[in-house]
Amino acid sequence: MPIADRVAVRLRVNGEEMAVMVAPYKTLLEVLREDLGLTGTKHGCELGECSTCGVLVDGRPYLSCLAMPLDLEGREITTVEGMAHGSDPDPLQVAFAELGAAQCGYCTPAMLLTARALLDRDPHPTRDAIKEALSGVLCRCTGYLKIFEAVELAASRGRRHG
Amino acid sequence: MLRLPRLDYLRPRSIAEATELAAKNPGAMFIAGGTDLVPNLKRRQFDATALISLNVLPDTRRIEGDASRGVTIGAGATLDELAQHEALAGPFRALGQACGSVSTPQVRTMGTLGGNLLVDPRCNYYNQTYSWRKAVGFCLKKDGDICLVARSSPRCWAVSSSDSAPAALALNAEVTLQGMEGTRRLAAAALYRDDGIAYTTKRADEVITAVHLPASRGRMTSAYWKLRRRPAFDFPILGVAVAITWDEGAVRAARGALGAVGSHPVDITSFLAPLQGTRPTEDLITEVAQAADKPSRPLDNTDLSHYWRKRMTKVYIERALRDACGFEPLAGRLTAQVRGGAR
Repeated sequence: MPIADRVAVRLRVNGEEMAVMVAPYKTLLEVLREDLGLTGTKHGCELGECSTCGVLVDGRPYLSCLAMPLDLEGREITTVEGMAHGSDPDPLQVAFAELGAAQCGYCTPAMLLTARALLDRDPHPTRDAIKEALSGVLCRCTGYLKIFEAVELAASRGRRHG
Repeated sequence: MLRLPRLDYLRPRSIAEATELAAKNPGAMFIAGGTDLVPNLKRRQFDATALISLNVLPDTRRIEGDASRGVTIGAGATLDELAQHEALAGPFRALGQACGSVSTPQVRTMGTLGGNLLVDPRCNYYNQTYSWRKAVGFCLKKDGDICLVARSSPRCWAVSSSDSAPAALALNAEVTLQGMEGTRRLAAAALYRDDGIAYTTKRADEVITAVHLPASRGRMTSAYWKLRRRPAFDFPILGVAVAITWDEGAVRAARGALGAVGSHPVDITSFLAPLQGTRPTEDLITEVAQAADKPSRPLDNTDLSHYWRKRMTKVYIERALRDACGFEPLAGRLTAQVRGGAR
């Protein structure tokens, strides 16, 4: 049986149903960036060691470099492009910008989404809970302190619904 | 960019269909969370022609029972679910701790118990990209013909790097496997072989469907201690799981297993026998721990020095035992320091 060049995949990304024809051995990261044009999701180690490719699947942090799109049909995928509510940025995005919690910015999409998943589960997390939740996402600028502070600032302001 | 090789992606709707697909497609591999498999495939550590997904099967992640009746865990339950599950908070705590200590939160939301039990044994000479391995002439485990850790060795010394495996052994767990020839249930220890390549007795067409934790008579306590460079990230370079059943304050039985000190999880239950029938004192725990590191034989093929990993084995056994016996784990007496050594 020859290996299929392309298979049809239906994904729900940022609330939008999308149907794409992709090679069955492409990871979610590759499909998001190359087939759906959503380049907000970054590729880092591509081995599950840095979490820079983090997205949310059904609201939980997920590594897109290890996830297979064919398994995610019917699941809700959120990328950084889907964080804002209309033209209103997410409170986390505002806080990150205000406090300079992005240095080079490469890990920022994953930091924002991972923090979003935390705040949705625990709106007022302790510093330790923030550290634990973000522990998988590596920031090689080592700007963790400002990131923790930005998450706390966003938490203190609560969530706006758009 | 590191990409997966060209392969087919098959999505069976039942375990029976999954095992049939595996039997019909030699060279196919099962994928659940993919957190171990996908990186290994990207580095061409496997030559899979197809992946058979276990992720769209119904009912693979159910967790049933409690400490008094025993707990049955669907092998597709995620490590994160298990780390938080109340069924693994009491007597079976060692397994909850082990699942909660695997890698990062992200990997734990994806990775499954079945997958963690079957983590491909790891080695500094093996878990590398294709070009890295090619540059050193490949190793016995993949594409080469000598073991780069022990060059004259006829066998592969890759390290069993599962956190859940030693916990499963200590808790006397059993696993159910389903394959073409039917369903069988075996003790967790019997799932493993002491070989870095042929590390499991699971056949290629078999899927782990469930893990069973037997109820204990009377009170049971358990603990898992894990050594690694980065506590938020790494595979174990030493894991110690112990489980103790009690009879009115005295030890009825103590079981234990070590992870990451050999190619399979190493049972140390016989070394814990002196605890039996006693009300363990701190001195006795120290004495037992000191002797129980005997089967720990780490080689120079994981992170950090193997001499130190060996010396830390007794320290971690002492901590795990103290933990399970209700003493402050970190107040033990053993140390990895060599007397008169490093100044």
